[in-house]
Amino acid sequence: MKAQPLSPAPGAAAGLLRRLLQRRSGPVRKPRVLALVTWAYIAWSIVPVLIAIQFSFNAGRSVSVWQGFSLTRWYWGDPVNSVWHDPALQHALIQSLKLAGLDMLVATPIGVLLALGLARWRGYGARPANFLMLFPLVTPEIVMGVSLYLVFQYVFTFIHPSTAAQVLGQVTFSISYVVVVVRGRLFSIGRDYEEAAADLGATPWETLRLVLFPLLLPAVLASLMIVFAISIDDFVITQWLSCGAGCDTIPIKIYSATRAAPLPSINALAAIMVYCSLAAVVLAFVCYKLLTRSESSADSTQAAISSVGAFDL
Amino acid sequence: MYPRWLWRVFALPGVLWLLLLFVVPFYAVVGVAFGRVDPIFQNPIPVWNPFHWNTAQVLETLARFVPGHAYWVVFLRTTEYVALSVVICLFIGYPVAYYISRHARRSKTILLVLLVLPFWVSYLMRMLAWIDLLAPDGYVNRFLMWSHIYPHPPNWLSGNPGSVILALVYGYIPYMILPLLAALDRIDQRLLEASRDLGASPMQTFFRVTLPLSKTGVLGGSVIIALPMFGDYYTPAIISGSPRTSMIGNQIFLYFHGGPQPAVGATLTLVLSLFLGVLMAYYMYSVAKTQRLAQ
Repeated sequence: MKAQPLSPAPGAAAGLLRRLLQRRSGPVRKPRVLALVTWAYIAWSIVPVLIAIQFSFNAGRSVSVWQGFSLTRWYWGDPVNSVWHDPALQHALIQSLKLAGLDMLVATPIGVLLALGLARWRGYGARPANFLMLFPLVTPEIVMGVSLYLVFQYVFTFIHPSTAAQVLGQVTFSISYVVVVVRGRLFSIGRDYEEAAADLGATPWETLRLVLFPLLLPAVLASLMIVFAISIDDFVITQWLSCGAGCDTIPIKIYSATRAAPLPSINALAAIMVYCSLAAVVLAFVCYKLLTRSESSADSTQAAISSVGAFDL
Repeated sequence: MYPRWLWRVFALPGVLWLLLLFVVPFYAVVGVAFGRVDPIFQNPIPVWNPFHWNTAQVLETLARFVPGHAYWVVFLRTTEYVALSVVICLFIGYPVAYYISRHARRSKTILLVLLVLPFWVSYLMRMLAWIDLLAPDGYVNRFLMWSHIYPHPPNWLSGNPGSVILALVYGYIPYMILPLLAALDRIDQRLLEASRDLGASPMQTFFRVTLPLSKTGVLGGSVIIALPMFGDYYTPAIISGSPRTSMIGNQIFLYFHGGPQPAVGATLTLVLSLFLGVLMAYYMYSVAKTQRLAQ
């Protein structure tokens, strides 16, 4: 039902004008300007990255002037400066993947258990613990970086800046993301299945193992994926706990390269990171869809996207 | 059906981890900030007991935050950059979120995918992209010269505040759009129809119904990007690298890695955290509120 204007029209021309205006402003109009803004934004957010990836295929040594196409030069073709042949770049790639793997292995189990605990633990200590979990999500990374740097220097002096320190730091802020993802899933599955299992005679352990954990599996997968992505993306904490060249990760290499004269091999290195992340996202998305296909609702795709994107913060 | 202790035991490792590696480290910052400095080696000696704290250092640092002193300029500049970037993010992000939540139908899924895509590209990679574009012989300058819009383009990558703000907006805007989108998606469509049926124009409906109802998203999104921006030091370092555009984070970084004065750095970190504590408290309060509503 369209809104009808209350005042009578002063004339036919005005009436026509009003009808035209009304058509333009009716509830079903096509908001062309908004659509344009949206697509322009999307293009602006993605095209620069595509251009940076394009330069990883540059045949010349510039990262800002296109000098022809070379598929392999900066990945492995160049015998000195390519990612494959430059030991520093190769090491950064390995270090990044190593940290991401360790972070996934440590943060995900701790986070899943913490999410279960926080969602269901009633009584003394539950509220402060919930509160504590939110802090790493909102604390600026530099504050966490400085804190961890100082704590390893003055309190836990047996931990030196090293790969181990970097893992400890990354896990500390990864746990909260896992909690957010897993807790969202916990709320959406509810407690009916577990109560049914208990009514049918399952012991608590069987309920956990045969009902709750399988139902949580999609969220666990999404968490693994998210931890991988935030670990590989992390710059601040990794830099503050770095032991020097041996601990450099891809983001740290990009950071130091941009302050000197960068070669396209840095673009290649960054592009490899993008390929890895995208492959991991696609994998996680497909797994999520497969695992939840029996509970498909109208917007299950959007639920999967939001779960993989972890944005119900 | 489960034993009562089970959930507490589940939560234990995570809580312990956060206590040992989040709470204790923060106390280390406090201890160093309120500690003493070795008179010979100039290295800080942290003081853990609050009764023995040395407040001189903190007071001295705070005194430099007054107008006309060393940190005032940096603090003001940081606040300016952050405020400007947040406002620009809002003006770009709101229409995008509004369009996706209200009007996109068949394209909604693909738009959501494209919207989340930047999350999976490293922040540093996205900064690198702008380094390539804004280089003296980069695409941006060549376009400006070719089109005669700006025949003598400035050096974008050295002490240019505009580039730093552009980079901040580019880096953080995805984090702004998602809370906006969530807030706009939650608005009950019937309220908008009611507003239109009662004779409000689309403009009036937007300003008197949609905008007030999306307030949590606007504030939440602004806070969620303002917090990391206040602690940012790598964006100005990469995009500009000049002391003319240095933010409070650069100052902290300098005290730890440039001329090593960790005690001053720790004090600055403490001041920054207290300042941001207000924003954090607001954000956590609103998260807690929406969680209570959701349950």
